[in-house]
Amino acid sequence: MDAAIVGIGATEFSKDSGRSELQLAAEAVKDALADAGLRPSDVDGLTTFTMDANAEVAVARELGIPSLSFFSRVGYGGGAACATVQQAAMAVATGMASVVVCYRAFNERSGSRFGRVQTAAATAPTSGGLDNSWHYPMGLGTPAASVAMFARRYMHTYGATSEDFGRVAVADRRHAATNPKAWFYNRPITLEDHQSSRWIAEPLRLLDCCQESDGAVALVVTSLERAADLPHPVARVAAAAQGSASDQFTMNSYYREDLTGLPEMGVVAEQLWRQSGLGPSDMSVAVLYDHFTPFVLVQLEELGFCPRGEARHFIADGALELDGRLPTNPHGGQLGEAYIHGMNGIAEAVRQLRGTAANQVSSAENVLVTAGTGVPTSALVLAAT
Amino acid sequence: MTDVEAAARQVMGWGESARRPGRDPVNLPMVRNWLEALGDASSAYAEEAPPAMAQVWTMGGLHHTRADDDPLGAMLAVLDEAGYTSIVATDCEQTYHRYLRYGEEVALAARLESVVGPKRTALGEGWFVTTRNIWYVGDEPVAEMMFRVLKFAPAPAEPPVEPLIRPVVNRDTAYFWEGTARGELRIQRCEACGELRHPPGPMCPSCNETKPGWLVASGLGEVYSYVVHHHPPVPGRTLPFVVALVELDEGVRLMAELDAPPDEVHIGLPVRIAFAAVDDELTMPVWRRR
Repeated sequence: MDAAIVGIGATEFSKDSGRSELQLAAEAVKDALADAGLRPSDVDGLTTFTMDANAEVAVARELGIPSLSFFSRVGYGGGAACATVQQAAMAVATGMASVVVCYRAFNERSGSRFGRVQTAAATAPTSGGLDNSWHYPMGLGTPAASVAMFARRYMHTYGATSEDFGRVAVADRRHAATNPKAWFYNRPITLEDHQSSRWIAEPLRLLDCCQESDGAVALVVTSLERAADLPHPVARVAAAAQGSASDQFTMNSYYREDLTGLPEMGVVAEQLWRQSGLGPSDMSVAVLYDHFTPFVLVQLEELGFCPRGEARHFIADGALELDGRLPTNPHGGQLGEAYIHGMNGIAEAVRQLRGTAANQVSSAENVLVTAGTGVPTSALVLAAT
Repeated sequence: MTDVEAAARQVMGWGESARRPGRDPVNLPMVRNWLEALGDASSAYAEEAPPAMAQVWTMGGLHHTRADDDPLGAMLAVLDEAGYTSIVATDCEQTYHRYLRYGEEVALAARLESVVGPKRTALGEGWFVTTRNIWYVGDEPVAEMMFRVLKFAPAPAEPPVEPLIRPVVNRDTAYFWEGTARGELRIQRCEACGELRHPPGPMCPSCNETKPGWLVASGLGEVYSYVVHHHPPVPGRTLPFVVALVELDEGVRLMAELDAPPDEVHIGLPVRIAFAAVDDELTMPVWRRR
């Protein structure tokens, strides 16, 4: 695809930003443009999540972006993350825009906390509200509980244990411990810490759950031709895909034949490998969406890194560590760095390709990034060449 | 006057109980053990025992039973009977009239001083029971202790602060909630091809006809997966609780709260539907074990 990420920007990641979500968005976009060596006047496209509270035109006003020829939003919560880059890349590739900024900004800890029951989601007079009405009123009202329902069945079917989930958290937190930007910088955990953390929604423990964070991330996308004139090494969009699968719900696809997979990520995987001409073994680094640990295991299976049900064996010997077979979430992921709805993971993928990451994997050539799991989702393969 | 107050008045009327003698005279080996247990290396107790050991000399030992005229025992029994089944000590104040010498025989008497309540506390509603112990050598009081306990009925788990989240209902889903109100578990059935489906929708995904009907399911099924929800609070629910995804005998799945202790739930558990009326408008399906 004729597009690259040429700028990354972010605010600090905190539990209380002390400023408005629009300010966070504006700061991250400004930071990303500076990183790209571009000015607000170069931007003609903006894209974000449907969940973002900051209108594209509001962000454009703050930055003084004179006009927009492309603006769009992607739905399904964190499933939108990589799809914002896909939107930007398509706009650039088709000539609808020349420089598109993807952004996501929220006070997700000090403001409305996603980990709490979002009553509004279940009471909306929409198809989504109707879907949620089979779950929220029944008592299943948090993201953790929604994932726990899948996790229980996965454990039952494949013999995975809470310790297997814990290994994902331990790897993330180890990486975060050496990333100064991470909320959990200098605070690694052990598997024992994980096992002694309290139940949130059995079988998920506290340390299976990502953080709630305040912060913002922005990414600048333009054509490969223009990218060549900009300061940083290119992070080429080698593949960008969205996916939903049969009988798809948002967080609650409980009515399929099987509850142990993420077929929507399978739909994405097939496109990624076809578009990029690459395969799982070509990935130097993976940034796997980790709002809850069990779905990291399922993603490894759906993306083809290991056979179905065998992710627990794949990760057992440190495969996710920086020197492992598949260095995963070197920034610490959303459990360790921050939960910016997956956008901070895309920024990390770019840093890995530039060679500027806090926990740099040597000669990273191709990086896989995935978006929210349990929802209609998206993913990217970014490449250094 | 409540039964508790009447009983308290009666027990207070007993006055001081008979004196119950200690098992052994004040002795050096017990003092040594006590000092060791407290980590007190002092050698100040060659002639006289530590005053704070007053209670030690009249402890009944591992298998002791309370005397019938023991006022605290009597009052606790009354409160147990009245439903105040839990206890926590709140105050203890000891007064020493003199040092005890080795070889002295100590006896304990007790009286009920007050019973105050019922009080609302963070632990639950309860009564403060205050007794006074008096230790004697012969007829000489040598030490006293004011002892207060809160005898309480454990507060029920924190009640839900918000009402249950109500479902959005439209013309595609109304039949289900009309069914629960009548005590029926209705599952959508395509009138064209007979396909069963839950959650329902306006068009059959199998034949694309828009002729949804429904049947009344047996309400029997097995747990396909489940969650024990501990945190955060959920409107209308008392924590922890179980939510179960159940595969019905008819072959479709339906989620509802499972009314069962979390540690008795497992995948494959046979369940039956029940119905819990929330109000005139809404009746929720609930799973129960069978």
